Amino acid sequence: MEIVQQIVFVVALAATGWYITKRIQLISRAIRLGRSENRTDHADERLRTMLLVAFGQKKMFTNPLVGVMHFVIYAGFLIVNIEVLEIMLDGILGTHRLFAPVIAPVYPFLIDVFEILAVGVLTVCVVFLCRRFIVKVNRFQPERHREMTRWPRTDAAIILIAEILLMIAFLTWNTSDSVLRDRGVGHYAALQGVIPDFLISQYLKPLFINFSDTALIAYERIAWWFHILGIMAFAVYVTYSKHLHIALGFPNVYFSDLKPKGEIQNMPEITKEVQLSLGLPVTTGTDDSQTDDNGQQPAEIGRFGAKDVQDLKWINLMNAYSCTECGRCTAACPANITGKKLSPRKIMMDTRDRLEEIQQGWKANGYDYKDDKSLLNDYITAEELNACTTCQACVNACPININPLDIILQLRRYRVMEESQAPASWNAMFSNIENNMAPWKFSPTDRFNWANQVNEVK
Amino acid sequence: MPTETNYKVPTMADMAAAGEEPEILFWVGCAGSFDDRYKRVTIAFVRILNHVGIKFAVLGTEESCTGDPARRAGNEFLFQMQAVSNIQILNGYNVKKIVTACPHCFNTLKNEYPELGGTYEVIHHSQFLQNLINEGRIKVKDGQSFKGRKITFHDSCYLGRANKVYEAPRDVLEALDADLVEMKRVKANGLCCGAGGGQYFKEPEPGKKDVNVERTEEALSTGADTIAVACPFCMTMMSDGVKNKNREDSVRVYDIAELIAQKEGL
Ligand code: SF4
Ligand code: SF4
Repeated sequence: MEIVQQIVFVVALAATGWYITKRIQLISRAIRLGRSENRTDHADERLRTMLLVAFGQKKMFTNPLVGVMHFVIYAGFLIVNIEVLEIMLDGILGTHRLFAPVIAPVYPFLIDVFEILAVGVLTVCVVFLCRRFIVKVNRFQPERHREMTRWPRTDAAIILIAEILLMIAFLTWNTSDSVLRDRGVGHYAALQGVIPDFLISQYLKPLFINFSDTALIAYERIAWWFHILGIMAFAVYVTYSKHLHIALGFPNVYFSDLKPKGEIQNMPEITKEVQLSLGLPVTTGTDDSQTDDNGQQPAEIGRFGAKDVQDLKWINLMNAYSCTECGRCTAACPANITGKKLSPRKIMMDTRDRLEEIQQGWKANGYDYKDDKSLLNDYITAEELNACTTCQACVNACPININPLDIILQLRRYRVMEESQAPASWNAMFSNIENNMAPWKFSPTDRFNWANQVNEVK
Repeated sequence: MPTETNYKVPTMADMAAAGEEPEILFWVGCAGSFDDRYKRVTIAFVRILNHVGIKFAVLGTEESCTGDPARRAGNEFLFQMQAVSNIQILNGYNVKKIVTACPHCFNTLKNEYPELGGTYEVIHHSQFLQNLINEGRIKVKDGQSFKGRKITFHDSCYLGRANKVYEAPRDVLEALDADLVEMKRVKANGLCCGAGGGQYFKEPEPGKKDVNVERTEEALSTGADTIAVACPFCMTMMSDGVKNKNREDSVRVYDIAELIAQKEGL
């Protein structure tokens, strides 16, 4: 019997591992669709940012209460992995609480900590469900945000409910295990005197008092299997969900933009053209973000700006896979606040949806497959792009340093430079700058006229 | 004092001809040169520069748009045409230090020109005024008293969030001895006036209301009678907002340089 369980466990573990590996390969292939961009400079500053913003969750604490709640789930997730390690080994080796005798003095303490965290996670998940579906926190509501369609909402609910069930399974498993130990049934008896009752689960004993031994053993096994298979299923599911941020959040923050928020990235391929047209010596070509692996400038320059995901940078695409759809960016966006169509969260979700669509195409037709859709127009419209004030509120608000503005700007560049599709009044502004050296239609010779009034009394 | 009529505005060309170099270049910006309302800010600032005796100069007709609105609207080519030719002029005059009242010029000159070959020390006029006050070069006298007046400050995105200059304009306002009241969304969380990213030069997209109206409502709800700004675009947007709310009789929008000039009686 034991050996059957071991075989089933190993098969399940291997299947999970194999499946997740495939998913990782596919997602990283999708991210590598993007253009190259060097984000490995200033390693020390990057590390510091990652420690503060990802590990320390610094930006989550802008709202301290939500910060603390999210921290509980996060800490629970990180720390419970120690317990998962024991479960894994037990599952493979057919043992029962393998670590208990080995680390006897600290074992009960560790499990007590896990139980406290489990209760914490459970409570917070319930609170988060209420915030989403009963109290109706604005940024999650489909009535206000058209990107919050059924799937993003279901996705959030699935994860919260799954976590609640996993925690319940963990706690009741500890209880049923203790009761079996107390009764001295089978191999459970071996733990008598090795582990005491645990901090929280002991209070659940009354629930099991009327169970027969067989029923208890059945419950203990079911809870154990549910817990661990649940975790495996969760791990697979996460690769399809906004909850991928639990993994990608860390590299995403490590590779975040370190420049001042107001600085828009230069386009060296244009500098070259400008220098040529002004008859100046060409100075670009040293920017490694634009060179290939041999330090050569690519022979053919791609599009100016971005029409589809391939034209964006890999970091934009990683941003898309890391986005938690929390909507903090959108809640801070002045355009969105005042009812315009633009939502930075939607920009990120659209980018990911487009990547997922390309993945589907790959799966059905091989990696050379191309469709005739694009991120611009099929997903993101001109109306959304034109509403952005480049105020960087979204960039500032994102708890994992995602930059929706960067994508918006690259799409704008494509529309303006490749398609000449700027709004008419922008075209007028452009020609004013070109002809009058100012965005307005004033004569450049009048530029200094204000000086005549310096000595006039106000 | 207000009758004083000997303020000077030297140009770089004049200075170069006289074989001199100013301590600082005052970058006026398009709005500061052409917008009737913002010209008054330019003038106030020039009077302050004269008053404290700083050796400064302007480019005059040699100045040209930094290219900020073009770049943000997506016209990178036009931006770089502007930037590269401005850099030629600035480097030609051997400019080292620039002060400007426009956060957009400030951000572009400071952060975006270096990659194109123009590296300068760039400071915003709020920082410049803060320094003058700290150094005691402006000892705020009583030209106009601000005692008991409620002032609220609207953070400009390109000064605040973009470059983390939050305290300098507030320090300047503190020096006025007025009552500084903060809005609901300030500093890193400040709400845009709605003009950045080229929005100033086109109609807003359809929505519930305009951004400047939303922001003006926030400003008015503080009960302040003065909305202080440190950006020409914020100036227009907030003034329009106040008009939209029919409060132009009781609420005024001023740039921080104007307030200091008033306090100094310049
Ligand atoms: S930068 Fe654009 S998208 Fe981001 S918050 Fe501001 S207006 Fe919204
Ligand atoms: S971009 Fe950042 S702030 Fe916006 S929804 Fe995604 S994770 Fe949240």
